Amino acid sequence: MRRVILAVTGTIAGLVALLSFKSHVPSVPVAATTGGSGGSSSSSSSSSSSGGQTTTVPGEFPQGSLAGQLPAGETAVDGKAADTAYGPVQIQLIERNTKIVKVAVLVQPANTLHDIQIGAFAFPKLISETLAAQNAKIDAVSGASYTSAGYIASLQSALDQSA
Amino acid sequence: MPGGGVLSGSLGSSGSGRYRHAEHVMGTVVSFDVPARAREPRGPAGQIGGPLGEAVRWLHWVDATFSPYRDDSDVSRFGRGALPLADCAPELAEVLEGCAVISARSGGYFTTMPGGTFDPSGYVKGWAIERAAAIFTAAGSAEHSVNGGGDVQFVGDRLWRVGIADPLRPGRLALVVAGRDFAVATSGVAERGAHIIDPYTGQPPVGLASITVVGATLAETDAFATAAFAMGSAARDWVESLDGYEAFAITAAGAIWQTSGFGAYLG
Repeated sequence: MRRVILAVTGTIAGLVALLSFKSHVPSVPVAATTGGSGGSSSSSSSSSSSGGQTTTVPGEFPQGSLAGQLPAGETAVDGKAADTAYGPVQIQLIERNTKIVKVAVLVQPANTLHDIQIGAFAFPKLISETLAAQNAKIDAVSGASYTSAGYIASLQSALDQSA
Repeated sequence: MPGGGVLSGSLGSSGSGRYRHAEHVMGTVVSFDVPARAREPRGPAGQIGGPLGEAVRWLHWVDATFSPYRDDSDVSRFGRGALPLADCAPELAEVLEGCAVISARSGGYFTTMPGGTFDPSGYVKGWAIERAAAIFTAAGSAEHSVNGGGDVQFVGDRLWRVGIADPLRPGRLALVVAGRDFAVATSGVAERGAHIIDPYTGQPPVGLASITVVGATLAETDAFATAAFAMGSAARDWVESLDGYEAFAITAAGAIWQTSGFGAYLG
């Protein structure tokens, strides 16, 4: 099983992508940003990388808030609703000892988040970090080919002019 | 091959200055992110020299030699039977070989006859960009990227971050992909219209808005992305079967999927 280090620096689409692991779930150590504006990442879940310590939530996420039904020691953190290309997404994280033990979906677009499986994601302030990728530092843009004329309005053009 | 000039001195790590250059060529724009010294020494009129100058000349030579839109290109003349392969630039044989490999590995979804006439462009661009990047490596650069209209070769052991354009919301990014020494290619419904044809139906493929493929080198990665887009939803299992390649797709309906190893590239 490939070890995967993830940093929370994508758009919500990146987040959805990252939540969409289906075939290699059991142990997903996660590097989480800890607030601020998309700063450096550090693994906050090293103990979970050796397997056995992660909590796998099979199948779909619970739908709706879990805030009213949590055992002592667990807290719910509601993410900010993100309006994505795929519809609005809002996720609630249930933390225990700074580790995410459950994820609930408050709002989801149709046909994207169902059949999600997820390992233990340690995402402090996950949704507040949804950071549009627009705000993330990137080196280049990949996309369907633009024409020579279309380049002018492209994101790559903006990058090229920034240097 | 343009007269392979002698490269200037090493582009070692001394001096952290970077230089970006955008070159209009091959019907698109090729963007370079290279060490500032890669444009030295300048030519007599101050024009760009060094490996950057060589790379730019290489791309224009490729354009003139391989463009199917130029009647006098080797590709056009070879395609209409006016020029035997032996009399074409030797690089054409190399390209044909690369195309044959991709075509076989994609079950024919990649083809050099997309519109019924000979057109290896689906391979040539990625191949040319990969070669352009290699020019800087040969000149001693340890970190550079060359982006051929959205298909990028990254060289260097740093973590390169590339935004993937959202095909459903122009001007926005869908996600960020990160990797070292790797290539990223995205195929989709381009602004110039549906330019990829499903060779089995003769129609533009359906199912995907765009698909991004990551791999080590751009020639294969870009051609695989083209083939994968032509496949539509079947591309998922196909890319999954390719060793060393991963894919992320956005469907026409706005849903997304990815191959099982793609998570390693999430930025």
